[in-house]
Amino acid sequence: MNIGYYPGCALHGSSNDYEQSLRACLGALDVQLQEVKDWICCGATAAHSLNHKLSLALPARNLALAERDGFQQLFAPCPLCSMQLLKVQKAVKENGLREELSQIIEADVRGDGQVLNLIQLFERVGLDRLKAAVKEPLKSVTAACYYGCLLTRPPDVVHFDDFEQPRSMEAVLAVLGAKTVDWSYKTECCGAGMTMASEGTVLELAHKILSNAADHGANCLVVACPMCHVNLDMKQAAVERRYGKKLDMVIYYLSDLVGLALGLSGEQLGVNRHFVTKA
Amino acid sequence: MDLAPNQLLRLVQLGQTDAALRSQAIWECVSCQTCTTRCPKEVDCAGVMDALRETSLAHGMGAPAQQPVVSFQKAFLDNIRRNGRLNELELIARFKADVLFRTGRLAFLFKDASLAPQLGKRKKLHLLPEKARDRKVVERIFARCSNQADQ
Amino acid sequence: MSRIGVFTCWCGENIARTVDVDEVAKQVAGFPGVRCSVNYKYMCSDPGQAMVREKIASEKLDGVVVASCSPHMHLKTFRKAAQAAGLNPYLVEMANIREQCSWVHHDRTQATAKAIDIIRLSVEKVRNDTALEPIRVPVTRRALVIGGGVAGIQAALDIADAGYEVVMVEREPSIGGKMAGLSETFPTLDCSQCILTPRMVEVGQHPRIKLYSYSEVETVDGFVGNFKITIRQKARYVDTSKCTGCGECWTVCPLKRNPSEFDFGMGMRPAIYIPFPQAVPARPVIDKKVCAKLIRNGCGLCEKKCKAEAINFKDEDKLVEEKVGTVVVATGYRLYSISKEQDKASLTGYGEYGYGKYKDVIDSLQFERLVSASGPTNGVLKRPSDGAIPKNVVFISCVGSRDNAKGLPYCSKICCMYTAKHSMLYKHKVHDGQAHVFYMDIRSGGKGYDEFVRRAIEQDGARYYRGRVSKITEEKGKLIVRGADTLAGFPVTIEADLVVLAAAMRPAEGIEELAQKLNIGCDEFGFLMESHPKLRPVETNTAGIFIAGACQAPKDIPEAVAQASAAASKVQVMLAADELTREPEIAAINEQTCAACFTCVHTCPYHAIERAEVRTGRGVFIKRTARVNAGLCMGCGTCVSVCPSKSADLLGFTDQEVYAMVESLV
Repeated sequence: MNIGYYPGCALHGSSNDYEQSLRACLGALDVQLQEVKDWICCGATAAHSLNHKLSLALPARNLALAERDGFQQLFAPCPLCSMQLLKVQKAVKENGLREELSQIIEADVRGDGQVLNLIQLFERVGLDRLKAAVKEPLKSVTAACYYGCLLTRPPDVVHFDDFEQPRSMEAVLAVLGAKTVDWSYKTECCGAGMTMASEGTVLELAHKILSNAADHGANCLVVACPMCHVNLDMKQAAVERRYGKKLDMVIYYLSDLVGLALGLSGEQLGVNRHFVTKA
Repeated sequence: MDLAPNQLLRLVQLGQTDAALRSQAIWECVSCQTCTTRCPKEVDCAGVMDALRETSLAHGMGAPAQQPVVSFQKAFLDNIRRNGRLNELELIARFKADVLFRTGRLAFLFKDASLAPQLGKRKKLHLLPEKARDRKVVERIFARCSNQADQ
Repeated sequence: MSRIGVFTCWCGENIARTVDVDEVAKQVAGFPGVRCSVNYKYMCSDPGQAMVREKIASEKLDGVVVASCSPHMHLKTFRKAAQAAGLNPYLVEMANIREQCSWVHHDRTQATAKAIDIIRLSVEKVRNDTALEPIRVPVTRRALVIGGGVAGIQAALDIADAGYEVVMVEREPSIGGKMAGLSETFPTLDCSQCILTPRMVEVGQHPRIKLYSYSEVETVDGFVGNFKITIRQKARYVDTSKCTGCGECWTVCPLKRNPSEFDFGMGMRPAIYIPFPQAVPARPVIDKKVCAKLIRNGCGLCEKKCKAEAINFKDEDKLVEEKVGTVVVATGYRLYSISKEQDKASLTGYGEYGYGKYKDVIDSLQFERLVSASGPTNGVLKRPSDGAIPKNVVFISCVGSRDNAKGLPYCSKICCMYTAKHSMLYKHKVHDGQAHVFYMDIRSGGKGYDEFVRRAIEQDGARYYRGRVSKITEEKGKLIVRGADTLAGFPVTIEADLVVLAAAMRPAEGIEELAQKLNIGCDEFGFLMESHPKLRPVETNTAGIFIAGACQAPKDIPEAVAQASAAASKVQVMLAADELTREPEIAAINEQTCAACFTCVHTCPYHAIERAEVRTGRGVFIKRTARVNAGLCMGCGTCVSVCPSKSADLLGFTDQEVYAMVESLV
């Protein structure tokens, strides 16, 4: 299966362990990621916070490039990227901004492709197919599935899963033989891009998320977002220091767990490159 | 937050936009979109926060307590304008320098410095990161969208 | 030769300021057929009406035109005046030179010329008017009341006490509606069943009330004064004529754990059951979905135990016909479904409150059953999950109501009051408990209502937070409620033992189907439509059908009772005589020229045209024809416009009249 791939800046930056995990796992599932040529940053938080027009133009350019490359489906592993791509698709199709945006970005954007997040990609591969391919069921995993903000919100843009009580990630974990917990912070924000600029906010939010997961009996968390991963994994030590408790929660990318269940090793998936690893 | 989102909206409704534009709260907001999702009157509250941020900077209003956030966002946008894709090291350097310049917080400069070797050990630091090939387009896109906020 | 009188009104300054009424009277006097033309300051006043009567007599007028305001205002007035003077009231026309002339134009010359033209049209019409007589329709002097809640009960008792027979149809096994399940009612804190059950018994024993319980209206045929109703009596599997209500059967039934509908799932009932001890009729019903005997021919213990031999497993639904003259619809309400399952695409539920996920998040009617003295916990407030007495209860207002995003933008009116009541009942039962109420506004407009709410806050210590709740989660066995206090300006987090959601009021299930059967309208939320929101709150646009109670809009018990009595009084007006009179301006079909294509039958929105036959005096068939039912026709004129052979015409607005009017202007 060939699929258009929009990595986004994080996956080619300090979250390149996520890309390693994706390539290993999807490779084992015979999914070929075709990177969009000449992709640019989607604008992230900075664009929509400071310049509305730019926040539409930058993702629009990427959509146009993907359309030019002939991709019907575009996989964006970072939910901020995928949400903004979907937002621009909506602006182009429903708010009549096609002409104006096309002129700004010097390319025609139609907005008619399908943007997929990681969970949707696995659903497209097929949960039955995934189940059949499992070699090592994840018996020791009791995971808290953490969706964060932008996989399910805003619902009238992303139209994915139940935005109050989502269950799509749990469904994937179920076919991998893992257990999941029903906990209270599935969709609460981790602090997003405030890691450097407002560390206190991130630590407070991450602390609540990690503690609640632990209180509900989880021994790890699963995420499908590079920013969530950074705030919960890289910053876990800082959380432990500030709040004086040991958390020891491994933060897996969803592709990590899928890969492990398929029989790949932690090294292949880059799990050893996380800050918090299994003891 | 000095002003809650509903208070910010109330100020705008009353025409006291200045007070809203000067608040620190608009920079503390993490854009999690929960407000827009839950609002029974279907107000796009997250969108209003974006508009307040953009307008605040366009009017040259600062946010002293939240200056690091403002510096970060500006540095980020400037970074992608020039590189097409984010250059993390350059961003961090520029961001920290800007905060130091505007607030004089020396400690900020060295915060998280210990993370650098840890990132390096895990091969997450890119000294020569990739740039987008067609960077000139990005410059032109920025020019067409320019407002005062991102200057 | 016509002798028409034209009376031009000044309406004080309303007409005279813009229209030169003297010039009008002068010009109109010269119209063909006009016998006299006068003007006066206020035609609708006593002297004005006297003038009309006097001129009819002295000038022997055979037609009257009053040039003044809209016929909606005073047509009846002038028709009565004409009738008093001996002139057929349908030979009176009104020329609207106010709303359609003086009130919308500024130029005096042009307005005067237009007024004269308007009067010219009316004069032509009157010249072609024919005398008409009101239509008389026979009336069956019985009423149907659909719904046995407090509104239906009140209406039925009022009508029956006035001397008329009432047929009452109630869907549930017992009458009483939602009020029978409440604990105490605001603002008096009367025990709800204590004040309702006497009325219920009265209905059950009233010599003139025929009660069909566990029944539904199947079809409605006919028209005002002459309705033919088919009622489906659902199979109870219990012969009510033999059953004594002794209770042996439900005591011995082995299937004891079925969620009780009356307790909204807070308690259990057996497969053969009576919904509550004071049920009227006090006869059980068998739930065919779970009864072992009905499903697989097992058990049968109740039949063995019944000394009256009243159990009949071979029972079937029965269809019964009743003839009535009027109908009162009082089908009541249900609560909005808070969880994700909705029965309409336009509605969504609240995932963030955890209703359906957490056992201790319940709705307001469930709370009523938990605090009701005859409820599943005998009035001890035990929370559903573990039976513990909750020490911190959070009440959330406006769940579903006033929420555009969820699909119901309206206010459900009663929740502020019953939430205050709930907080008081809670405090009276759990003295060391704390009630927390999240509200957006307090709506307490009735008599003693605001004082009642203040009592909850000032005497019973309920803590009121102005703000909404964003999310309810569960941590370490406690419900964590996160909300806002906008008056204080900060967020509020409460560890609750129980959460009660004040869900929106919606009309009862199946209301749209019932409205269609009755040919009455309902709005986008299903609430039945009244004729006029201010002046005709209990009438519908279908003659003979009235509405009362929460089926029309959210309301509390005093309002429902008042509306029920209002509907009953309308019913009594209609049933007062053996005949009803209706305005004669209806359609008529020329049966000689009618081609029997029946296009009109299909087009008539009131189903007022029948297929009929023309026969000789001896009954020999001549031809088929369409025929207007004078009892149903509302004079809309749709049939006139579709009839290909021009056989349909509107009495009082005939084609000939309209052509004459148009020609007079050309």
